Amino acid sequence: MSTTTLLLIAPMALPAATAALHAAAGWRRTAWAGVVSAAGLLVVGAALAATEPVTAFGGLLRADALTAFMLIVIGAVAVVATWTGPAYLRAETTAGHATDRTATRYGVLVQAFLATMCLAVLAGNLGVLWVAVEATTITTAFLVGHRATRSAVEAAWKYVVICSVGITVAFLGVVITHYAAQHGQVPAGQSLDLAALASTSSLDPGVMRIAVALLVVGFGTKAGLVPLHAWLPDAHSQAPAPVSALMSGVLLSVAFYAVLRVKAIADTALGTGFTRTLLLIAGLASLALAASLLIGQRDYKRMLAYSSIEHMGLLAIGAAIGSRLAIAAVLLHILGHGLAKSVLFCGAGHILHTTGSSHIDAIRGLATRAPVLAGAFAAGVLGLIGLPPFALFASELGIARAGFDAGLGWAVAAAFTLVLVIAAALLTHTGRMLLGPPPDAGVAAVALPRSATVPLVLGLLACAVIGVAAGPLTDLLADAATVVGTR
Amino acid sequence: MSDTAYVQLLDLAAGVFLLAAVLMLWRRELASIIRLFAAQGAALAALVAILGVHQQHPELLGVAAGVLALRAGLLPYLMRRALAASGEARETQPLVNVAASLLTAATLTLLAYAVSRPLVALAPSPATQAIPVGITVVLIGLFVLATRRRALSQVVGLLLVDNGITAVAFLATAGVPLTVELGVSLDVLLAVLVLLVLTARMRIAFGATDLDELRELHD
Repeated sequence: MSTTTLLLIAPMALPAATAALHAAAGWRRTAWAGVVSAAGLLVVGAALAATEPVTAFGGLLRADALTAFMLIVIGAVAVVATWTGPAYLRAETTAGHATDRTATRYGVLVQAFLATMCLAVLAGNLGVLWVAVEATTITTAFLVGHRATRSAVEAAWKYVVICSVGITVAFLGVVITHYAAQHGQVPAGQSLDLAALASTSSLDPGVMRIAVALLVVGFGTKAGLVPLHAWLPDAHSQAPAPVSALMSGVLLSVAFYAVLRVKAIADTALGTGFTRTLLLIAGLASLALAASLLIGQRDYKRMLAYSSIEHMGLLAIGAAIGSRLAIAAVLLHILGHGLAKSVLFCGAGHILHTTGSSHIDAIRGLATRAPVLAGAFAAGVLGLIGLPPFALFASELGIARAGFDAGLGWAVAAAFTLVLVIAAALLTHTGRMLLGPPPDAGVAAVALPRSATVPLVLGLLACAVIGVAAGPLTDLLADAATVVGTR
Repeated sequence: MSDTAYVQLLDLAAGVFLLAAVLMLWRRELASIIRLFAAQGAALAALVAILGVHQQHPELLGVAAGVLALRAGLLPYLMRRALAASGEARETQPLVNVAASLLTAATLTLLAYAVSRPLVALAPSPATQAIPVGITVVLIGLFVLATRRRALSQVVGLLLVDNGITAVAFLATAGVPLTVELGVSLDVLLAVLVLLVLTARMRIAFGATDLDELRELHD
């Protein structure tokens, strides 16, 4: 087997092997392996970034600069999430919510989840991409329902039903694309090949319009875009914190990556106008919805979930603009949001264990009770609302500039007005949680174990460093932006 | 097979396929809904077999056998088992009554014919002219999902959507590539298993599988 084929299989094989290890030896003794597997994904991503586009298995798997970048995102967020896993599960076990058996199941499912996400970004074929995105729903269903409480079961049910429906709608889009390709000038046997579809202008526009609308709505469901977003706040607030971090930090982005691939196909077949309209509507509606539900939010995990809808809306607007600058900014935004949001969700898990409540009102004076945790949470929120030096500052600036260049100033202005409202809401809620005197003065300060704080600090550092100097990532971003960007 | 016989058989299979979906809106007993679902799976398999014979693709006959095993055998079997475990025989209160549901089905059929005109126009043939039937079943499935209140009815709705799409895939292009087809079937099977396990958990947590009970989480 050649080196490139090995590189293309490794992102699935690594988590699969780790899952087998967890299953065989139990989670307690092998928890460290999860971090090794996540770091391995980072290395493979970097290696693929250094090579030319490669394919394997007759085009079923393919990696270009965009794939390599997404693998790096998955790896980076997975390092934060898997590193937090052991400390989180120890606290869950102490509280009686987890046993050794459920912990092992958790470890196996998280690794399976990582493998399916890697398959999604490595797919060279629209059908394989679809199968992988649907498989992420299946692997995460029991992670969302991990606690088996009433609310967890409810969240899992809504999650599976809404996401399955959305993704099934996308499958109809896949079928119709295949039909259009068979009657267009696409080489036989490549009628679902992403690269072949994106480079032919022979697809029937009437048919492709139906297909693209179905694909954008379908994959958009999984990305948490309006109108089929209702599963997201429930699932993200009920899943174990490291899983919420993975779902919000990368699963949404992986689904959004599918939308970007569809956009590349649609732009050649239909011109840029059609997807631009779809994405602008979905993006602005998502931002408006997030803003309206964040202002009065009472639960901090749901607050973070709605903030994810906001950021997916921003990504949609960036993708609607579609120039290379906009796409590069969108990709940087995916990485920055993934890091900041995973730190926040992992931090929220620790806050839940420290205080026993997920209500914003029930938490007062966290800064005195758990200073390190409160500091990390505050820094995460500042990063999330796009303050420098964090990466989201640079990416939001990039999206805004590209929007004005493309003559979409009105959309950018509307979007960033909503972003400001959301930032104010997030700051108010966070301020109420962190500041002020603790509710009962007798409670001693809580010190988190180092295994819990190190990943949070690492994630924040990475997010800040990328914001200041993207370094070698700059070239990768530029290459990846040419894959889907116009002009 | 002569061309007339082919068209007649094709239309017959498509007709049974659509009729099963409409009858599901009419019945309230979950057991008969599952029987209708199995009948629809058989009609879909017949459809694939007819296309296979006409286009002289022997491998399509194998695919038809797979469709029959999964959609008329395994999936109904799994649902019957879940139904027996639950002991809840009837759809209690669908949000829309039977008469209105049937009228909606008629409207959805018209809608399907309207939206799929570009699809038929791309390559008119007896097979592609039946595409609207598949789209209708997709829409009826979405309608079932939106209006039925039992967990198991929602699973049926999801599978109806999937059956409709599979029909469109075979009518339009004689199916998506085999690797993808296998992945899709596996995913559908797993999704149904996940939903059935969740149904069982829901019964433990809530004491029933009435989805109106799901109101712990809201803003």
